[in-house]
Amino acid sequence: MSMAVASGTSSAVDAPSGSPPVAAERSPLIRVDGVVKRFGRKRVLRGVSLEVHAGQVVALLGANGAGKTTLMRIVAGLDRPDHGDVHLGRVPLSRARHGIRRYVGLVSHQPLLYESLSGWENLQFFARLYDLVAPDPRVATVLRAADLWLRRHDPVRTYSRGMVQRLAIARAILHDPPVLLLDEPDTGLDPASVRTLEALIRQLRAAGRGVLLTTHNWERAERWADRLLYLVDGTIRTTPPEAVVGHG
Amino acid sequence: MGEPLVRFPAPESAPPEVDLPKAGRSGVQMAPGQGLRAYLGKVQAIALKELRVEWRAREVSTTMVVFGLLAAIVFGMAFDLRVPSPQMVVPGILWVIVLFTGVVGLHRSFAAEVDRDTLAGLLLAPMDRSAIYFGKLLANLLYLLMAEALLLPALLILFDTNLFQPTILVGLFLGSLGYAEVGTLFAALTAHSRAREALLPVLLLPVMVPVFIAGASLTAGVLDGAPGSGVGRWLSMLVLYDLLFVVAAYLLFDLIWEA
Repeated sequence: MSMAVASGTSSAVDAPSGSPPVAAERSPLIRVDGVVKRFGRKRVLRGVSLEVHAGQVVALLGANGAGKTTLMRIVAGLDRPDHGDVHLGRVPLSRARHGIRRYVGLVSHQPLLYESLSGWENLQFFARLYDLVAPDPRVATVLRAADLWLRRHDPVRTYSRGMVQRLAIARAILHDPPVLLLDEPDTGLDPASVRTLEALIRQLRAAGRGVLLTTHNWERAERWADRLLYLVDGTIRTTPPEAVVGHG
Repeated sequence: MGEPLVRFPAPESAPPEVDLPKAGRSGVQMAPGQGLRAYLGKVQAIALKELRVEWRAREVSTTMVVFGLLAAIVFGMAFDLRVPSPQMVVPGILWVIVLFTGVVGLHRSFAAEVDRDTLAGLLLAPMDRSAIYFGKLLANLLYLLMAEALLLPALLILFDTNLFQPTILVGLFLGSLGYAEVGTLFAALTAHSRAREALLPVLLLPVMVPVFIAGASLTAGVLDGAPGSGVGRWLSMLVLYDLLFVVAAYLLFDLIWEA
């Protein structure tokens, strides 16, 4: 996925990770403000706040069940917080109309793809839902970027786990959203695919996209992200908890 | 930064306050249409996706067709020789089979999305979520009509009763439309329930009583040669039912996912 699937200059693909190339003084693309979420009596998120600026990659680390996916779903607009709000730009999700979802791409634990359809058919379908003008070239671009062009007419159920994950990433960037939510995007990827994913994340950063990602892989998080945050006991910490330090 | 590729829309009528960085070479252009044409385009896309997935899996339509034919045969054997005139029982048999055939298939329309973890992909799309409802409604209606298209010849053979009469066909279409409207809505409501296969008929069948009464009465009226006004009353009831539930579903569907 090292081609211009996200935008920006071609040299941005090889840009080293580091400080974001896009001015960070702009309003944040994602602003999570005091989000609380309960499931029954259990408070999974206890006043989570964070910001992701344009051209910034923020990695969210936390143990299983810490609430990372819940937070991702809230930012994507799939779940509502019990308290607090999420702003995309300066638009609060609680007041936003459905068009706001156009500005978010989500890679979740599930690929969100139809197994009996081919990769081409899946992306064509989502291209129509996202109002893409002339979707064919864009679908072809992301399929080539995901290295699935030769298998584009095969049903997704015949794909390997890594291929499905690459197609899921292609689906998330199909409409070139400014906000990317990557919930453990490296799951199931082989080393070569992880490298192309890394190149894509760099490219997204260079193009001024805001990326919020979760991963269990400490080393990748450090390599990919401009900023590491830790979700512990339902709150955000900027310093790693002892267990994570031990792991690192 | 040059021209922004996209801007966040304002929540109400206020101008957007945040622009987004220039995209450069990706060349992605979106035409976010707010009009009816754009909406119908998405309804069509979802309906075609449903039919394509079903064509490959043959999960719902085959089950409905086979169930409908088996039920007709069972009724045929049950009433054989004991009923003086088949026309007395055929209207009831027709509509009972339609109702149960629908239950067999309707729950899968959203349960399949939940089971295969694809529902979030639809809910993330930047569209009024009622488009999902109407796309699935169209597909469900087609499955019902397909099952009925094979059921009517079966009833003709088994009961020697010709149901291929225009008024009956119109009534069957209107009843099926109402059934698909309510069934699709309730299938969405119960999609996340573990007991959805049992829950759906419990919720659905009582609400379908008006359709059953109107449909069976209309069919019986036509077979008995009742005057047009009597039959027209039942047709009007079906039209009213369809209108009522299509509006209710449009208004309620988004709330299901918000909850």
